Amino acid sequence: MTSVTAVPALAVRGATKRFGAVLALDGVDLEVHRGQVVALLGDNGAGKSTLIKCISGVHQLDDGVIEMDGLPTAIHSPAQARDLGIETVYQDLALFDNLGPAANFYAGREAAGPRWLPTWLRVLDRKGMASRTTELLDRLQVGLPDMSSQVGLLSGGQRQAVAVARAAAFASKVVILDEPTAALGLRESRRVLDLINRLRERDHAVIVISHALDHVMDIADRAVVLRRGRKVGEEVPTRENQQRIVSLIVGGEG
Amino acid sequence: MEQSTGASRDSGVTATPVEHGPETTGRSQRDGYRGLQLGLTVLRIGPLLILLAVAVALSFLSPFFLTTRNLGNVMAATAAIAVLSLGQLLVILTRGIDLSVGSTLALASVVGALVFTTVDSGPVVILAMLATGLLVGTVNGIVYVKGRLPHPFIITLAMLSIARGLALWLSGGQPIRGMPPVVDSIGGGSIGWFPVSAILILGIAFLVFVLTTRIVWGRWIYAVGGNPEAARRTGIPVNKVLISVYVLSGLMAGVAGIITAGRLDAGSPTFGELAELDSIAAVVIGGASFLGGRGNVLNALVGAVMIGVIRNGMNLLAVDAFFQLIIIGVVIVLAVEADVLRGHLEDRFRVFEAARS
Ligand SMILES: Nc1ncnc2c1ncn2[C@@H]1O[C@H](COP(=O)(O)OP(=O)(O)O)[C@@H](O)[C@H]1O
Ligand SMILES: [Mg+2]
Repeated sequence: MTSVTAVPALAVRGATKRFGAVLALDGVDLEVHRGQVVALLGDNGAGKSTLIKCISGVHQLDDGVIEMDGLPTAIHSPAQARDLGIETVYQDLALFDNLGPAANFYAGREAAGPRWLPTWLRVLDRKGMASRTTELLDRLQVGLPDMSSQVGLLSGGQRQAVAVARAAAFASKVVILDEPTAALGLRESRRVLDLINRLRERDHAVIVISHALDHVMDIADRAVVLRRGRKVGEEVPTRENQQRIVSLIVGGEG
Repeated sequence: MEQSTGASRDSGVTATPVEHGPETTGRSQRDGYRGLQLGLTVLRIGPLLILLAVAVALSFLSPFFLTTRNLGNVMAATAAIAVLSLGQLLVILTRGIDLSVGSTLALASVVGALVFTTVDSGPVVILAMLATGLLVGTVNGIVYVKGRLPHPFIITLAMLSIARGLALWLSGGQPIRGMPPVVDSIGGGSIGWFPVSAILILGIAFLVFVLTTRIVWGRWIYAVGGNPEAARRTGIPVNKVLISVYVLSGLMAGVAGIITAGRLDAGSPTFGELAELDSIAAVVIGGASFLGGRGNVLNALVGAVMIGVIRNGMNLLAVDAFFQLIIIGVVIVLAVEADVLRGHLEDRFRVFEAARS
């Protein structure tokens, strides 16, 4: 299959996170290599979102380490995670519905000049951003009807595709997706899954949270199952062990 | 569960595919799509169309309306509201509101008049008024953001009271006559029939237009209004952006203070009463949304001019002043309804997009 290097692009070891009395994560380990898609599974409240928020800098771990390419790395903020090459597509997509695709792609990192001005006073390079956005969307085969219309006017699948493409465009190492197909119909889900496959081909390390086991079977190289903040299993998802994965998720066995 | 709802939604949409469907279905789908696009475009330039319609109607109803003298009057009378609405627009774009601008206008005019009684310098008086507005706006912004207030309504409402009180206290409750000539000509002068204040407004509007459409800072204002949480996650300095819009709104109130003081050659603690509501009305009539991130400079100006034109028209037609209030209220309701309609059209539009993709 795809080339898998010895050192994982991202590794989390012994991740522990408390919210008051709630132990949201309890010593969780996770590894993702380049060119690999890892599915993060678990029932509601299992700790999936918390884990990825710790990786993407929204939360900080109480205990445990995050390694990027084998080096222990502290991630204190979302901006720092992005600088490290980690992009996250949140469940709510974090899109700006009032802005167009290009403005969404470049939000917070606008292409602008001249350099001697402070960032906030620079003049937007509107043409440059528009053409690079079109190029990136084309490369990922995301077709949008109108590059100038607000993202709020797009369908659910198109919006999801814009959010995923934005992450893919700027992630140098890791792309994290929280429930990327939850709000989509069949056909639109298919497109987003294709998009995730393309991320793998482009040698990204991908973490996907999903409740749709069909989709997980389709795209994931490995599945990590969390239950009540603990890692309870790690499987290569196939049709054959789907039942076993389900019971890991709901806690039927052991 | 998830799968089946997804599937049914999907099949609902694909029931009439656009590209491969029967010719008639395809065409009606396309027509519907075009119709929606047209509807949305009309709503976008709606305020301008309505302003033109009102102006045409008034020009038939009153022979005096379209005279240069009257148009000059309208512009001079609208200038202060217009500049306040430009500031208010920036605030409303970020889901905020600035209730203090009318009081700030008054305070700036009083400070200017007092400074003029001791320093006989136009530029110093102007700077004093601008600085007053800037200071009030900065306090609004910093207390709102750093005080972690749930909504700017509270602090700007408090400031409405504080600034008005300060203006009354500083002036002893009385108007203070006299403004430097440069202020008088900014507020009351004209070039031919064209008021200087209108030229100033056009200049400021151009700057705000450039800010909102061409500068990173302006893009951030829209982003913060569109999705504050996402803005934070993408590293946009949300708090600074929020403070900045109140600072600019205060500064605009200072400019409005200069215009009003110049027009009436005085500073007075009673200037700008209810002007905050006019500015909010102008921005709303211009199609901006209180949900943030929507609205533009041209439409805000159109909203301000619309209020000025309606007032002027009703004066010309000798309509009772009480009715002016009612009519402007009705226009506000219509503007908000237009916004709701836009929301509906956009929902329909999304369904079409899903069907087309
Ligand atoms: N910000 C928070 N504050 C307090 N408790 C939280 C917070 N985020 C998550 N939790 C709790 O942590 C646990 C794990 O939640 P989460 O990571 O969202 O689970 P999942 O994404 O797997 O459904 C839950 O019990 C949840 O209530
Ligand atoms: Mg979750």
